Amino acid sequence: MSTGLPPFLQVRGLAKRFDGAPKPVFANVAFTLERGEFVCVIGHSGCGKTTILNILAGLDTATLGEVTMDGREVAGPSLDRGVVFQGHALMPWLSVRGNIAFGVRSRWPDWNRERIAAHCQKYIDLVHLTGNETKKPSELSGGMKQRVGIARAFAIEPKMLLLDEPFGALDALTRGAIQDELTRICAETHQTVFMITHDVDEAILLADKILLMTNGPEARIAEVVVNTLPRERTRHDIHHHPHYYRIRNHLVDFLVHRSKLLQEGRAEDAANEDLPSVVRPGETALKQVR
Amino acid sequence: MRERAKSWVLSLLLLAVLLFSWHLASLPKSGPATGMDPEYAKMMGLDKPKSDGLPTLSQMGATVRKQLSNPFYDAGSNDKGIGIQLAYSLGRVGLGFFLAALVAIPLGFVIGLSPVVHRALNPFIQVLKPISPLAWMPLALYTIKDSATSSIFVIFICSVWPMLINTAHGVSSVRREWLNVARTLEAGTMRTCFEVILPAAAPVILTGARISMGIAWLVIVAAEMLVGNLGVGYFVWNEWNNLSLANVIFAILVIGVVGMILDLLFGALQRAVTFVE
Repeated sequence: MSTGLPPFLQVRGLAKRFDGAPKPVFANVAFTLERGEFVCVIGHSGCGKTTILNILAGLDTATLGEVTMDGREVAGPSLDRGVVFQGHALMPWLSVRGNIAFGVRSRWPDWNRERIAAHCQKYIDLVHLTGNETKKPSELSGGMKQRVGIARAFAIEPKMLLLDEPFGALDALTRGAIQDELTRICAETHQTVFMITHDVDEAILLADKILLMTNGPEARIAEVVVNTLPRERTRHDIHHHPHYYRIRNHLVDFLVHRSKLLQEGRAEDAANEDLPSVVRPGETALKQVR
Repeated sequence: MRERAKSWVLSLLLLAVLLFSWHLASLPKSGPATGMDPEYAKMMGLDKPKSDGLPTLSQMGATVRKQLSNPFYDAGSNDKGIGIQLAYSLGRVGLGFFLAALVAIPLGFVIGLSPVVHRALNPFIQVLKPISPLAWMPLALYTIKDSATSSIFVIFICSVWPMLINTAHGVSSVRREWLNVARTLEAGTMRTCFEVILPAAAPVILTGARISMGIAWLVIVAAEMLVGNLGVGYFVWNEWNNLSLANVIFAILVIGVVGMILDLLFGALQRAVTFVE
């Protein structure tokens, strides 16, 4: 991935301390993202994942540190970064098409009605909601609502997509179907994605890199796990790959033991503001076996 | 469906009971005096059956028929049909209410969006809100010097508060995530106000408008009784001075029915902007 150019997204020394709190929720958070990469963040509740996403989106500001995307500092929300919210956040008085058109009209203010409708239709079709254009969100199932949320974010053709646990509230079957769709759409559009998840399997299925966060307060990104599984993977055969369980065990071990140990022992290695260490558990384990 | 039929039957039954008690109450109290010299009785006006002033049902029916058969007659300044009187009252209420909406909704927006403005204006609102709108009447008459305009002002002042408070509340409680969506999609201030905050707060704003309209319709009758010369309130007072209780009762019924229609209208409007989450 090293191109000699500065990384597409660069986060340096990010910290957030809420008013009245003695310690920052997270501190010294640093990572990079390349164009077209799909990155997942995993960590326990309360480590500030959503706050980091909001800072990337420009909805929140960091106490310390800086974020640059595509050579420019992130200061405030922008159509360059599409956000899919945890609770889908559709506007209940607008139809499916109206919700998607809201952003499209911001992106291309001089487009006429037909052009906007045609553009919306493309993304409605993309998330398989054809035929539901005029329905209100209240007439849709949870999965369909989240598809509208995804279509709304994709329709503005952002440079980066930010997803905050988009499938958290969905049942397993619906989640699987939408995960497949997201993989397909991201592959088609070469979208850069930053996604928060609680689901280890979801992270392995979707991500190229997985950022592991220690527990808060003073959480940070402890490791970047490279997903060494081939990029063309499906839910049905992913667990047959020899790397799968090594990566999965590494992630689960981290969540169960190391996230807490690292938080307690953070004094020793907190001083450095360097990027977190990159590990490849799939391949490392393979070498050990050999 | 059966439930509905039952309630209809019960309503009709209740109406029958009401009308029957009216009938009993309006029966002549004493017939022509029996043991009295007929000449004396005639002289004293006691020869006809005497009621205590409450019209009988048939008298009431005749009055209603007469009023409704020609609601727009105009026979001089003290004798106009109920239709004309209603039109004046509705016109005053409409104008006062419209002006109140013009002030309350934008100001409510500002209060709802800015906690500083909210805190600054709150003491004024809290003091002004509980004042009976009629208490403004002398001040209005003194400054405006026109009775019709003064009654419009009184309507304005009584309908402004519920709309103002509801608009401020509706605007300040718009879900954070919708505002965040608008921000990430770079909707400008105007678009956010008109396309996100307004539709999100519309049901609450219209609840306020509905309360305002209800109060305005209550107040107009009292205001017109005070300032006089036109409107249903004046009609009621005038007929009282004429000692025509049948006309007074008729006007009371009309006020009730019109108030109900206004409320139904606002109810329909409210349903039109309400969304299911």
